[in-house]
Amino acid sequence: MTALKYWQAVNTAMREEMERDPKVILFGEDVAAPGGSFGASKGLLDAFGPERVRDTPISEATIVGTALGAAMTGYRPIVEIMFFDFVAVAMDQIVNQAAKVSYMSAGGYAAPMVIRTICAAGRRTGPQHSQNLEALFAHIPGLKVVWGSTPADVRGLLKAAIRDDGPVLAIESLVEWSSRGEVDEAEDIVPIGSAAVRTQGDDITVLSWGGAAPKTVRALEELGDVSVELIDLRTISPWDRDTVLASVEKTGRLLIVHDAVVDFGVGAEIAATVGRELFGRLRSPIERLGALRAPAPFAPHLEDAYLPQPSDIAAAVRDLVRPSDNT
Amino acid sequence: MTITPTTEPTIAVDQGLELYRSMFRIRRFETTAGELFAGGKLPGFIHLSLGQEAVATGVCSALDDHDTVSTTHRGHGHCLAKGGDLQQMMAELYGKEGGVTRGRAGSMHASDSSVGILGANGIVGGGIPMAVGSALAAQLDGKSRVSVAFFGDGAVGEGVFTESVNLATLWKLPMIFVCENNGYAELTPTAVHLANTRIIELARPYGIAVEAVDGNDVLAVLAAATRAVERGRRGEGPTLLEMDTTRWHGHFEGDPQRYRSKEELRAMTDRDPVATWRTGLIELGVDAESLDAIEAEVAAEVQAAVEVVELMAPSRADELLRDVYPEGNRA
Ligand SMILES: Cc1ncc(C[n+]2csc(CCOP(=O)(O)OP(=O)(O)O)c2C)c(N)n1
Ligand SMILES: [Mg+2]
Repeated sequence: MTALKYWQAVNTAMREEMERDPKVILFGEDVAAPGGSFGASKGLLDAFGPERVRDTPISEATIVGTALGAAMTGYRPIVEIMFFDFVAVAMDQIVNQAAKVSYMSAGGYAAPMVIRTICAAGRRTGPQHSQNLEALFAHIPGLKVVWGSTPADVRGLLKAAIRDDGPVLAIESLVEWSSRGEVDEAEDIVPIGSAAVRTQGDDITVLSWGGAAPKTVRALEELGDVSVELIDLRTISPWDRDTVLASVEKTGRLLIVHDAVVDFGVGAEIAATVGRELFGRLRSPIERLGALRAPAPFAPHLEDAYLPQPSDIAAAVRDLVRPSDNT
Repeated sequence: MTITPTTEPTIAVDQGLELYRSMFRIRRFETTAGELFAGGKLPGFIHLSLGQEAVATGVCSALDDHDTVSTTHRGHGHCLAKGGDLQQMMAELYGKEGGVTRGRAGSMHASDSSVGILGANGIVGGGIPMAVGSALAAQLDGKSRVSVAFFGDGAVGEGVFTESVNLATLWKLPMIFVCENNGYAELTPTAVHLANTRIIELARPYGIAVEAVDGNDVLAVLAAATRAVERGRRGEGPTLLEMDTTRWHGHFEGDPQRYRSKEELRAMTDRDPVATWRTGLIELGVDAESLDAIEAEVAAEVQAAVEVVELMAPSRADELLRDVYPEGNRA
């Protein structure tokens, strides 16, 4: 075990995968000589040279499309899109091209590629730099979406994504960039589609991931008297139904917390599935907490009001577990 | 840099006949597809490349099997010329299980990894970066493979075109951009949608090698493509070829073409690339009977393919969810 910062976990995952497999290449804006806008690819140019590690023009669509063509013809590209918001510029290449190539070619082509991007929700970067657009991509068949909230998970998921034979959107949290966590070098893969049960509990399941996950951990500190089963989903698509359903079957209650706008969010999909599968076993309605239906505001007090905070999460848990008047 | 050809293209008779067969196969395939479509046999809609055969044949004849191409909604000809199986292509148009992509992709989205066809594309310009990526892979492999993106004048208006020209030039990729300038994007003439209708002039400032070519002259196309391929294989970077050509039919089958004048429609077939090359071969001393024989063989091949395809099983509905994720790696 070693303690790594979140960004170092990203960095070592790329470095180790590039050492392991010469077909892994990396390109994007500022990733080579500058080592990444936020330093995620520090040292990789020196380690692997300018053929495999490249700075690109500011051309998000073509960065993704070029990764796709290289993936279809033998490589495993990782591309970095600086901010999650900018992924929208490459929408066609992700949604219509990369995600569909396996299906459209009836398996004749595969696109083993990773689009790494950084979500700056909570970093006061404003409407075009702080969005969480996860639901847009979770909706697309053919694409997988992962988001590690801890150094160990961001590292293990990135490695799994690089080894996956299809396109994976790997989201990273800028607010966690310098947070530290234990990483077990021997256990370095986090399988895509596997959630992590962080704490066992009986009263309620609290499910979150990505930027919201550390806030649920903090909320738990205020909830000493409630027995919470805390789950970090880790993979948004395909999500780990078995783990979530088993937990809610036990606790009878579910609170879903994400940093993306609540309406039409990933929480709705999970709630619909749990509601159908566990109808009659639920002790309270399924509740969702997320961002308000607005672009991400800039001013710190506005952004705090916009995103779910630990105190909101704790209050929602209490509301759900409070014995209702008629029982 | 503009490439100026120094010698007249020359060609051996055998190769000349192969070019003729390739172009005539496209002509016959497209004509037949148009008839089948009009007869209600093909679902959806189709875009034919009648009149543009010389571009597909000339460019693909300069390529090897391991070179890759990406193409467009008007891509049947490119796929056939690149070695795609004619019967499988036809079956794809029908949505049959025996289609090259098992009826999942159809006319506008078909691909064939066995002969380097990265795919047709339903998104104008969408396949250009894909070909650039394959050129990047070729550069990294060091195998002197080249990659081609076919696209229309309409795609020049898409950001990915300019981005891709920039990136391929910057990285000196073994990439060939082949713009089929047929004067229209759907129903809109080039002068209405591009600030400069000479596409080489739009690309030239990036420093890419460019060449404007008579896209209805298969020898000129082959010669220009061969120069571009050689540049690519020698590691000298990308080339943009602007092919002046003519779209004989409407944008899609059934397009009444009210935006084209009577004179234009009448003169359209004057530059028939197939007939031109037939004349060229006869001038080279080939007898008309040999050419008639090729035509008869191709007609029989297309007819036989249609008969087989008609009897094929439809695309399997029980496998509708297959290959959404790569095999062995499913969600
Ligand atoms: C992104 C996108 N926008 C619009 C369309 C609709 N569309 C299909 S073909 C076409 C025109 C393409 O013109 P060009 O690139 O010159 O190709 P051509 O049809 O002449 O071969 C348009 C606008 C599309 N398929 N994709
Ligand atoms: Mg056109």
